[in-house]
Amino acid sequence: MSMPIQQETSGGRFWGGLSLRRKQVVWAWTFLAVPILFYALIRFYPTVEAFYLSTTNWNLFSKPGFVGLANFQRLWADVVFWQVFRNTVLYLAIGTPVSLILAFTIAYHLDRVRFLHGFIRALYFLPFLTTAAAMAWVWRWFYQPVPIGMINDLLSSFGLPQQPFLRSTSQALPSVLAPAIWAGLGFQVVIFLAGLRAIPNTYYEAARIDGVSNLTILRRITIPLLKPTIIFLVVFSSIGFLRIFDQVYNMTSGDPGGPLNATKPLVLMIYQTAFSSFEMGYAAAQTVVLFLVLLAVSFLQLRLLRDR
Amino acid sequence: MRGFRGMLLGLLVSFGAVTGAAAQTVEIEYWQYVFDARIKAMNELIKRFEAANPNIKVKHTTFPYADYQTKIAAAVPAGQGPDVVQLFYGWLDNFVAAKFIQPLPRDAFPPAMIEKEFYPIVSAMKRDGEYYGLPTAVRSLALFYNKKLFQEAGLDPAKPPATIDELLDMAKKTTKRDAAGNMLSAGITLDFPGQDYHWWRETLLRQNGGAPYSDDNRKVTYDSEAGAKSLNWYADLQRVHKVGQVGFMDEGQAAFRAGRAAMTIDGSFRLGGFGAIKAFEWGVAELPAGADGKKANFASYWVNAITAKPTGEKLEAAKKFMAFVTSPEAMQLWLETVGELPARKAAAETEKNLNHPIYGPFLKALNYSYATVFVDEMGQRQVSLDMINRVLIQNQDAKASLAEAAKAEQAILDKFYKK
Repeated sequence: MSMPIQQETSGGRFWGGLSLRRKQVVWAWTFLAVPILFYALIRFYPTVEAFYLSTTNWNLFSKPGFVGLANFQRLWADVVFWQVFRNTVLYLAIGTPVSLILAFTIAYHLDRVRFLHGFIRALYFLPFLTTAAAMAWVWRWFYQPVPIGMINDLLSSFGLPQQPFLRSTSQALPSVLAPAIWAGLGFQVVIFLAGLRAIPNTYYEAARIDGVSNLTILRRITIPLLKPTIIFLVVFSSIGFLRIFDQVYNMTSGDPGGPLNATKPLVLMIYQTAFSSFEMGYAAAQTVVLFLVLLAVSFLQLRLLRDR
Repeated sequence: MRGFRGMLLGLLVSFGAVTGAAAQTVEIEYWQYVFDARIKAMNELIKRFEAANPNIKVKHTTFPYADYQTKIAAAVPAGQGPDVVQLFYGWLDNFVAAKFIQPLPRDAFPPAMIEKEFYPIVSAMKRDGEYYGLPTAVRSLALFYNKKLFQEAGLDPAKPPATIDELLDMAKKTTKRDAAGNMLSAGITLDFPGQDYHWWRETLLRQNGGAPYSDDNRKVTYDSEAGAKSLNWYADLQRVHKVGQVGFMDEGQAAFRAGRAAMTIDGSFRLGGFGAIKAFEWGVAELPAGADGKKANFASYWVNAITAKPTGEKLEAAKKFMAFVTSPEAMQLWLETVGELPARKAAAETEKNLNHPIYGPFLKALNYSYATVFVDEMGQRQVSLDMINRVLIQNQDAKASLAEAAKAEQAILDKFYKK
């Protein structure tokens, strides 16, 4: 009992005048201030700085000079940018649905398997733990022509023609996307499994008593109740595919971004503009565009998938 | 009080002594990127330099290649960083424009001496009559060939191709395919992202009577008859003769290393990597001459330069150090440690070096080499890669592809020179 009294006398009028609840709030904010300050310095300040840089012609070797929206005009007229933009949209538009449908199908069936359940789950999760760069190199070798490429060796042994994969302007993007989907699959499967387990068994029992078919159970019970999980995964994996870099960079390192920019995503273009050509202002403008795209896509998805 | 004063005085005196001693020894800082052999060679050079100049200390700092330029750009304008710096010759214009480096003082490095004693490719370091940097070592291209595969094909392993017609003939004889027509071993590697884009631009194009750029390097001039002829010749290696295939074994050097390519074109910097090959014997030859005997080669190099930072006695120390690392003694050490060729004619063309079966062909090439002046190395390289990809993947006509490439590269040059 003596402690609070002591505090009240030594802590001054302000502190002493606060109720216990208020004090808790003050303490909470004191602790929260650390991450907020950290974020402001490490995240928000550079973000604002990037917006400013996008209006300059800074090239690392000169003082930045204000050029207004010239960088954005250049971007609008840049053929490579539109190709890259198209690639980025393709990564998102193919990657997200394919990976989600795959992950759900696997999780749905894995949920019913008791035998070796943990082992199979671990097998799916393993690629998620692997370094993206290492995995990209392994796949890069899978795609090589005969005699070292596994896939082409296989095709060839069945008498089928070899495929160019990474060296083709049409096949390169799906070839890069495949390992990216595979790598994220384990994580999505585990999240889906957790979501499936969280659905109360009573709903299923009730449905079965009513003699409802499996398909109807899936459509009317499982999927609607999985909605929060699906929203989370859609947003999470969309952001992932929009920011794809490691796989592309490592699988096409000789000619970064694939033949004729066939696989180049926005992030790789930003990297090259900034750290190979040192056009920092132009790179900042591209970053601003990526930021806005990410923002728009995230908002749109949250809106569309929100409960009606 | 007295004791305290005495102590203070003593402190001041000893402080003075320390700073006095520091004033006698000058410390300068040297920067280069991380590459084991280069670091080893430079450490040895610094040791020798400090032994000969006991009042100068050299601090040796290295950074990974990927961060190297960014670090320099951050440090130098802030008055930090190196006094003597190593940079790729292709970065010179950016470094000069940003005032990162100063012209080499004429008293220690008279232009007449440089032009007399160094290989002519060093002229790429000259801007408005002033030299801005000097290399210790230079690199050129040569043809590496697999003697075992030559023998198996019934060719004389002591006779590499001397002309491009012989090269095509020998490539045809050494190419191996399985029953389904899949390539098992290439006659010659086709690797534009490797060194082939230099081979095409500075060798094949010139051998067909063309030139990549105008004399002042401001105009792209390869969109020509010679350009189309040379590009078609190169593309036909895959399209018509099928003696090579882009992407075979992933990279040209990997194919050669694995013994699955009879010939490859690569630089002297590859000697270290190929030195580890145990499975077969390989040889080096000068790049094959053109139909009329014309020879041409591509040389590149890293130079040492004095940054804008040092003045007074630091500048004097930097000059001495620069002079030492570009001396014949340093060049011989660099050749033996790193495998790169001396940049001074006299140091390079000793009887021993010229007759060396491996160094010889690279050294001979330096007399007819061109050092391309790049303004945006990555951007210009990408233009070349796109050009060959349009021809080989999209079957675009060589002339149309050249025109597109020339336009794109001209835009890069214009953007740089209008600044």
